[in-house]
Amino acid sequence: MESAERCEPAVGVIRSGILPEVNSTKRVDQDWRSTVRKRIDGIGLGWIRGKTAVIGDPLERDLVEALGRERVVTGSGARSLYSRDGSVTRGGSAGIVCFPETTDDVAACVTVAVSHGRAFVARGAGTGLSGGAVPCDEPVMVVTTRMNSIYEVDLDRRIAWVGPGVVNLDLSRHLSGTGLHFAPDPSSQQACTIGGNVANNSGGPHCLLYGVTSAHVLAIEVVLPDGEVVLLGAEEGRSPGYDLRGAFVGGEGTLGIATRICVRLTEDPPEVATLLLDFDQIEGAADMVSAVIASGIVPAALEIMDKRVIEAVEPFVEAGYPLDAAAVLIVELDGLPDGVADAIERIKAIGLDHGARTVRVAKDDEERTRIWKGRKNAFGAIAVIKPDYYLNDTVIPRTRLAEVLMRIYEVVEERQLMVMNVFHAGDGNLHPLIVFDAREPGVMERVLEAGEEIVRISVEAGGVLSGEHGIGLEKKRFMHMQFSPADLEAQDQLRRAFDVRGLANPAKVLPTGASCGHVTNLERAPKGTWV
Amino acid sequence: MMNLSQLANDVGEVGAVCVRGGGTRWDVGGAAGDVQVVMAPTGIDSFDPAEMTVVVGAGTTLSELADALAARGQEVALDGPPGATIGGALMVGRSPLRRGRLGEVADVLLQADCVGADGQVFVAGGPTVKNVSGYDLCRLLVGSLGTLAVVGRVILRTRPMPEDSAWMSGEVPLKVVLQSVYRPATVLWDGRQTTVRVEGHGADVNNEVDLLGGLGLERVDQPVLPRERDRWSGFLPSGGVLEVGAGVVHQLERPSPPAVAAGVRVLGDRMREAFDPRRRFNPGRDPHRVAA
Ligand SMILES: Cc1cc2nc3c(=O)[nH]c(=O)nc-3n(C[C@H](O)[C@H](O)[C@H](O)COP(=O)(O)OP(=O)(O)OC[C@H]3O[C@@H](n4cnc5c(N)ncnc54)[C@H](O)[C@@H]3O)c2cc1C
Ligand SMILES: Cc1cc2nc3c(=O)[nH]c(=O)nc-3n(C[C@H](O)[C@H](O)[C@H](O)COP(=O)(O)OP(=O)(O)OC[C@H]3O[C@@H](n4cnc5c(N)ncnc54)[C@H](O)[C@@H]3O)c2cc1C
Repeated sequence: MESAERCEPAVGVIRSGILPEVNSTKRVDQDWRSTVRKRIDGIGLGWIRGKTAVIGDPLERDLVEALGRERVVTGSGARSLYSRDGSVTRGGSAGIVCFPETTDDVAACVTVAVSHGRAFVARGAGTGLSGGAVPCDEPVMVVTTRMNSIYEVDLDRRIAWVGPGVVNLDLSRHLSGTGLHFAPDPSSQQACTIGGNVANNSGGPHCLLYGVTSAHVLAIEVVLPDGEVVLLGAEEGRSPGYDLRGAFVGGEGTLGIATRICVRLTEDPPEVATLLLDFDQIEGAADMVSAVIASGIVPAALEIMDKRVIEAVEPFVEAGYPLDAAAVLIVELDGLPDGVADAIERIKAIGLDHGARTVRVAKDDEERTRIWKGRKNAFGAIAVIKPDYYLNDTVIPRTRLAEVLMRIYEVVEERQLMVMNVFHAGDGNLHPLIVFDAREPGVMERVLEAGEEIVRISVEAGGVLSGEHGIGLEKKRFMHMQFSPADLEAQDQLRRAFDVRGLANPAKVLPTGASCGHVTNLERAPKGTWV
Repeated sequence: MMNLSQLANDVGEVGAVCVRGGGTRWDVGGAAGDVQVVMAPTGIDSFDPAEMTVVVGAGTTLSELADALAARGQEVALDGPPGATIGGALMVGRSPLRRGRLGEVADVLLQADCVGADGQVFVAGGPTVKNVSGYDLCRLLVGSLGTLAVVGRVILRTRPMPEDSAWMSGEVPLKVVLQSVYRPATVLWDGRQTTVRVEGHGADVNNEVDLLGGLGLERVDQPVLPRERDRWSGFLPSGGVLEVGAGVVHQLERPSPPAVAAGVRVLGDRMREAFDPRRRFNPGRDPHRVAA
């Protein structure tokens, strides 16, 4: 229950509903200024507006004083909602949940938390797949969903300033028709926030050509773990000193909280071609990937889906994936027309050399959208096969894709489990998705064992633990497979410089240091309705 | 595989140390001072065009690397004068002029095998083209002027070379040029002339050259830029050339030291302190003094 109801007398300080501020001193294109928007998130947490109360808990009292009653939530419903994310991690325990709207609000959350010796955890949409936003030992939760203003879009300089809570797809929609877009396109883009993308250095199908989030983030306003506000990076070019912007991206909320982000906007390509190739054997598709790169073509995207994924997706999406294929490969080419036309022919030839049965070139936007819809809905469709899934995202040298995929099928099937592969093949970024039913006794042990084996195989093949989902809580135990104690110490030096007291999202990323309360892996994974 | 034990030996556990690459930017960020000078290993370990990565000693010259990559149709987003080394280019951390196509120097370093201030070898990053396993030490190292670690061996991201390219220049407003080309590699502006480099597929480049020709631009050789660099502050000094979208002015005069926000400097100093508490590495140099 809300403490506002629990305690009667009225002495708490209330700040009335503060309007979103467009706090920009920069050059603002007038047309864009008028479209600055604000969307209050719809989560009904049931606070009681205007009701004041004496607050017993000094931490809560100070947070309420700083933010106002309506932006500080203590109810058990909210705490349980904010105790998990999209990963299999369970048992997290959120403390007080705050909904800041401005940089000052975030600085206040952080300052109050640390002055009480309490940790704090930044959270965007909670779609993270490694437990990065899962709270340990009741930290102050700093939820950025109300910081969702697009402050400024400068079409001439091709940059935009956004709040950390802006949903990735909302920015793209906002830009549509301008000839520019935000390149990072994680499959979760309908839900995930740009702050989360920055914290996880997220990728997406089109990051093959355009690079992951870090390549598209120019400057970040950050509330450091001591409450100081700094601007890291610069709108254009490098800023003097170390590349602290680069160091912050991918920090998984352990280096501070991003409160405003300046992103680079990418020109829409004049010509786009989407090709669908299908294979009798997945090895053909996998080998084709390195053949394409070796030939000097870097497609905008190169994605593989295996037979089980095709079978799950096709009935829903009717993308036209052949149901009897062992794998399909999506190739997207973009750029100026002659280069694209030439690359289509070269891709066709490489495909036929590698055993492609058919090569289909989408004839229009409608067909292109359908081909992509299958890929982007893969996770959702999988939920109908089994209720639970466990996902790794190791990266391997792309020349070893075929061999490693075969090993993965083996280690999973040896354990009487089912694996489905849908992944960013161009980068060698695997997404073997083990699907299961957690109600089956003993299944979780087998799943985790297979997961660990997949990571080991990947690292032994010259790969790394994670390509885009991050380490969080979930992959900490694998860090020793890739890194020596000296490597981890160097990483810890970076972390310590940002967070001297160790109160920013503690117990994440590095296997050294604090452990996380009562966290375990999964009792039941989220029912997949992700799109 | 290249062994770093020699380098670790040279660096040792005590005393001021700095790496000398080609010495072409020896004075950037301050004088070396009284230090023991060490050299990074040289030579190319392995290069696989299908991986678009190369494993190479940091002491290797940019020109040696460029030749080896070009033989297989690839290149890397590092630029520098003759004699410059990979380690030096990474530690100075300036993006190549063709950054619009080739990418930024920050995105080129995938893995760095280093010697830390305690004399121990450590690895930053990882060998694959995509990697978020732990903190991004590689981006922290780029532009750090060798003040955090000595870099021995690196894995770099490579790119296919464009089939064709052209430099075009003319007295045409910047905005007009920008609206006429798709993802130009470089755009320069000297107050009068706009100069642009287009690259890609042969037929596309020809079309862009024709289009730009119609606007009044002519084919030129790659322009020679003045040696010094400063941040773009909204006006162009005489003889200066703006690198559009990069925020850099290439100019004749030495820039004055840049203004650094207090909070950023505190954090930067803490970073240096965390990696090198005894200030062994490049004690005379400070990346906060580098303007652009
Ligand atoms: C179906 C599905 C598909 C997915 N597809 C992809 C994909 O294609 N590519 C990909 O890379 N990822 C993918 N993901 C993973 C996830 O969506 C991304 O990691 C995303 O960027 C997380 O954003 P979020 O807002 O949900 O962050 P959260 O889950 O809320 O947080 C993630 C981490 O970021 C930190 N954080 C959040 N906001 C801030 C901030 N403002 N400042 C500092 N730290 C912050 C948190 O502390 C946490 O450590 C997918 C997830 C799902 C469920
Ligand atoms: C005319 C000119 C044009 C240029 N144009 C460009 C350009 O377009 N793009 C661009 O990116 N750069 C450009 N540069 C800068 C160029 O990158 C550097 O000058 C050069 O690459 C530095 O290499 P070096 O081997 O000579 O380094 P040095 O001058 O030997 O060293 C520079 C610094 O790096 C440190 N260092 C060197 N190697 C290591 C190592 N292995 N580990 C740790 N620290 C190390 C040194 O201690 C020193 O502090 C230009 C320079 C000049 C003079």
